[in-house]
Amino acid sequence: MTLLQHDRGETSADRARARSAQGRPPSRRGSSASADDWRRRGEVLLLVTPALLLFCCFVLLPVAQAAYYSVWSWNGLTPLEDFVGLDNYREALGDPVFRGAIAHNFWIVGLSLLVQLPLGLGVALLLNRPMRGRALLRMLIFVPYVLAEAMAAVIWLLMLQPDGFMDAALESVGLGRAVQLWLGDPGVVMVTMMVVLTWKYVGFAIILFLAGLQGIPPELHEAASLDGASWWQAQRAITLPLLGPTIRIWAFLSMIGSLQLFDLVWIMTGGGPANASSTMATYLISQGFERFRYGYGSAVAVVLFAISLVVALLYQRFVLRRDVADRLGGRRR
Amino acid sequence: MTGRVSRTFAVGVALAVVAVTLAPVAYAVVSGFRTTGQLAADPVALPDPWVLTNYTSVLTSSSFWRMTLNSTLIGVVTTALVVVTGVMAAYALSRYEFRGREVLYTLFTLGLLFPLTVAILPLFLLLRDLDLTSSPLGVALPQAAFALPMTIVILRPFLRALPDELEDAAAVDGCSRLGFFWRIALPLSMPALVTVGVLAFVASWNAYMLPLLVLDQESAYTLPLGVATFSTQYTQDTAAVLAFTSMAMLPALLFFLLAERRIVGGLTGAVKG
Repeated sequence: MTLLQHDRGETSADRARARSAQGRPPSRRGSSASADDWRRRGEVLLLVTPALLLFCCFVLLPVAQAAYYSVWSWNGLTPLEDFVGLDNYREALGDPVFRGAIAHNFWIVGLSLLVQLPLGLGVALLLNRPMRGRALLRMLIFVPYVLAEAMAAVIWLLMLQPDGFMDAALESVGLGRAVQLWLGDPGVVMVTMMVVLTWKYVGFAIILFLAGLQGIPPELHEAASLDGASWWQAQRAITLPLLGPTIRIWAFLSMIGSLQLFDLVWIMTGGGPANASSTMATYLISQGFERFRYGYGSAVAVVLFAISLVVALLYQRFVLRRDVADRLGGRRR
Repeated sequence: MTGRVSRTFAVGVALAVVAVTLAPVAYAVVSGFRTTGQLAADPVALPDPWVLTNYTSVLTSSSFWRMTLNSTLIGVVTTALVVVTGVMAAYALSRYEFRGREVLYTLFTLGLLFPLTVAILPLFLLLRDLDLTSSPLGVALPQAAFALPMTIVILRPFLRALPDELEDAAAVDGCSRLGFFWRIALPLSMPALVTVGVLAFVASWNAYMLPLLVLDQESAYTLPLGVATFSTQYTQDTAAVLAFTSMAMLPALLFFLLAERRIVGGLTGAVKG
């Protein structure tokens, strides 16, 4: 009833809209359609403008500015007057510290996939069965993911202090010889980072895979077991293929996250010791922000973006495209 | 593998995963009840005796409550901004035909490719020029802007899935398009709105890099920033740092316990979208 009384001015146009949708052309169709057109445009403008404004001011503009600043030598205070062309890029790509940071990012990308995929998948498969307390279990597994990276970093930083919790715990179970300078040894620090990152993010993979598994109709597994398939056969023939899209998108999110890693490293090591754990983002902040090299830092930001973009596009081109094709096929059905 | 053995195995794995998952969190919370002397003497032990002073001094410190307030304020403003502007844009992008619609949608999805990191230096300069460096808005506005692409990507398929018949029926009953948005689409998409809201709030609550660069006064600090700063200021007092960290993470964890299904639903929704 309230619907009927709403917005008197629009009823005729909308009735026309409804009528024409039923394939019965109204007599005044031409003029009412064009009036409706203008109204429609106004509505679109009204709906889209706030988001577009926010997006342009605080995403597109600063990104464009980063590209612009990257060809200047600039401390962020004086007018832009020292145009240096591509020198910032040359310096960045020639700097062994930045090249090391890029290598660290790719090491994290690769190892995150290699470690978290089997681990997450294995745990998810095991937990995907009726089990008392499973809801609680899912919540607990999710705790590290939802915890702020900064707070996780502080806790791990303290646990990994020499003669701290980790060292003492290892000694108490007879693994005292495994003790390292977890964050102080340039040869060890990246491995430590990977352990902490796995702890922080494997829960995300598990929960995502579990959700994907629960989207698989149980009838498929019932049919498979009726046909005499073992648990393993059913996982291989049914679960994994159907989980494919979830896995591929998880991998995408994981890769993009790895390329932008900052909080954890910044707090735990600041990129050290001797730049052994620097990432592109920590390099950007320490060069651009702490040393007031806004032009140079912007060039680093552009390189970071370009690398992320290339990875994302390649991945979408060669991996995700299949899912899109599958989905389109499904829609046509 | 018989059912019973594999079940026992599954339970064992589940317990091991939970133990590893919770160990650092439990370490922080329990160590907060010890003194730094106890921690140094034996890092792996229960409090003996249990000490409450670390926690009471956090709870009575004005900076802790101010940071909690700052984090909450920034989170709420970020969430409100992104949900309101996001659902409006997503509605236009899903239920209107207009020229440039796909271009606009692509523009927003392009935002998924721009991490905040890329824009962080110009953002800092922009916010400095706007004199927002000690204001919650200085953090909330960019956060909302960077959360928009994800929000629109999640909401658009949801809004698009509302049956056309529903809109036709509403139109026959005299409901305008905006009326349909306000009276029917919004209530029906409430679950999706709560989901994107929760995702935006959690991201804001946990954010570190942007507050680190933007907020120049300690009175404006958020909890993650405060915890990290506190840990470098009081490196000698491990127990105090852990108590502070525990108190700072508890609200988020409680909130998350209430919203776990939303977060998971949102993440899988984003994946499917």
